[in-house]
Amino acid sequence: MNLDSFQFSLGTYLAPAIDWLNANFHPFFALISTVVEAVLSGIEAALLALPPYVLIAAVVLLALVLVNIRVAILAGLALGFCLVMGLWVASMQTIALVTVAVAISVLIAFPLGILASRVKAFEAAIRPVLDIMQTVPPWVYLIPAVMIFSLGRVPAIIATIVYGIPPMLRLTTLAFNQVPKDLLELGQAIGASPRSILFKIEIPAAKPTLLVGLNQCILLSLAMVVLAGLVGAGGLGAEVTRGLTRMEMGLGLRAGLAIVAVALLLDRFSRGALQRNRTRPAG
Amino acid sequence: MASIDANEVLIDCQSVWKIFGDKAPAAMEAVAKRGLSKKQILQEYNCVVGVSDASIQVRRGEIFCIMGLSGSGKSTLIRLLNRLITPSLGKVLVKGKDLSALDAAGLRQMRAQNIGMVFQSVALLPHRTVLENAAFGLEVQGIAKAERNRTATAALEKVGLGDWLNRYPSELSGGMQQRVGLARAIASDPEIILMDEPFSALDPLIRRQLQDEFRQLTKELGKSAVFITHDLDEAIRIGDRIAIMKDGVIIQVGTAEDIVLNPADQYVADFVAGISRLHLIKAHSVMVPVAEYQRQHPGSDLASLAKTTPEADIDELIGLTMQSDRDGIAVVDKGAAVGVVTAKSLLAGVKGTTTAEQAAAA
Repeated sequence: MNLDSFQFSLGTYLAPAIDWLNANFHPFFALISTVVEAVLSGIEAALLALPPYVLIAAVVLLALVLVNIRVAILAGLALGFCLVMGLWVASMQTIALVTVAVAISVLIAFPLGILASRVKAFEAAIRPVLDIMQTVPPWVYLIPAVMIFSLGRVPAIIATIVYGIPPMLRLTTLAFNQVPKDLLELGQAIGASPRSILFKIEIPAAKPTLLVGLNQCILLSLAMVVLAGLVGAGGLGAEVTRGLTRMEMGLGLRAGLAIVAVALLLDRFSRGALQRNRTRPAG
Repeated sequence: MASIDANEVLIDCQSVWKIFGDKAPAAMEAVAKRGLSKKQILQEYNCVVGVSDASIQVRRGEIFCIMGLSGSGKSTLIRLLNRLITPSLGKVLVKGKDLSALDAAGLRQMRAQNIGMVFQSVALLPHRTVLENAAFGLEVQGIAKAERNRTATAALEKVGLGDWLNRYPSELSGGMQQRVGLARAIASDPEIILMDEPFSALDPLIRRQLQDEFRQLTKELGKSAVFITHDLDEAIRIGDRIAIMKDGVIIQVGTAEDIVLNPADQYVADFVAGISRLHLIKAHSVMVPVAEYQRQHPGSDLASLAKTTPEADIDELIGLTMQSDRDGIAVVDKGAAVGVVTAKSLLAGVKGTTTAEQAAAA
């Protein structure tokens, strides 16, 4: 008996499945491609339409109004660094990619997270799926994504969304499970509708943990977008890939630091803007 | 509110049961058919009996206290009254309507307009100001901002927090937070307020102050209240009537005087043993009949005795006895002498026995 005959490759089953999807659902995937491309190009064009100095000034001003002076200074330094390093276009591409990926991740993960906190069976069913999504090395997603959407930004963003969903979903579930029972009881006792309970009691009470989820989602998405430079996603990831393939320490380092700058900017800005209503009163 | 019909029953809780557990319906059926005990239900069905066969009636304008230790089912019982918990068996009628028969919208309306609730944990929303918290009940009813703020401000002024409207709950002391909870409950102007151990977590001085204020405010506004407590002193201070619960069963319902003088069983007797009688027992419980007094004191003139009313408490009677040089105080009701409190009957009252019991013992 030859032990080798027990070995089998999942790929032999998966590859035909993906081929079949490609053959039969091509118009559907093409539509997704077109829509994602259009949104991305729109955001990118908007970011690049203005001269860099004007955009930096606008972001600093916005940070000053929405958040505070510290975040405004940080935003100015981060964007200024990207500009000085000569990575302005790549940085804007990366910000556009992350923004779209995070928006879609949150749109999917938030309602599913609430559902998981309400229906324990759903949570039990989805937990192993999330475990797999988080532990499979991320570039493994890239293979089927590229097979279906071909090289470019669309497979990159799909893989990023898949990677961004688990932390947001888990923390949404946790956030809603942590809402104090007495507040929910209060909502019922005063005759609030389920909708009022959700928007006026649960979401405000869950907000701190939801913000942690969003923060994780942004940072993991950024990490993935960089990795997606491998499949032609462009942006800072492409610069890192170029630095790696050409063994150019300087380029790799510059691009790497620019990624840190973008990460800091997105993290502090989003957190500050969403938190601003509650920073002052906490006594 | 001059025209309160004190006999109108606002909450009518009819033989209500609540059994918790996965097999609760089966356990409930077994209780109804075979009359299983609490212990048997736990063994056979792995279910816990929260409330067993509870019947209470709360009348308009009355403060009804439910007293029991932790695990006695009192918190479950109060949640059955606004159907935060649905009974396993039995009916709860509020203003004549069966809560179990209401649909979701009807139940919400009933809770929003007729039944307020105050929680032990206060349950204030930390991200809202005192005013926004007090107005929250009105907000979810869809009342316009200007109007709900006006109503909530008035409610906060009634509980003495008129200067704190724009503060946040974390800036307030525990006692003040509970006042906000009370203001939130009365802002919706419900006829009934359910109080779930509202003052248990407060220190004794603040608690006493809030008890007095709560009683005064409730009476002033003509509200009915169901007040849960584990403290018999609190129940006596606040309640017009008191129900004593143990292991999910209501053991005794009555006025404070009833319960102290005629405890239904040893459990209640042990509870009331430490309660001071001075303000609880009234002249009509410790007086001897006029005829008997005259037999014991031939020739004494009733008209020359100091006079008091049947509602005078022992503290007052002691004061009168010490001022008077005679051996009795006449109890006069509507112009006629109905009895005489003697030094001996007064001392018996201090010990906690009524004239009737003395007679039975003799």
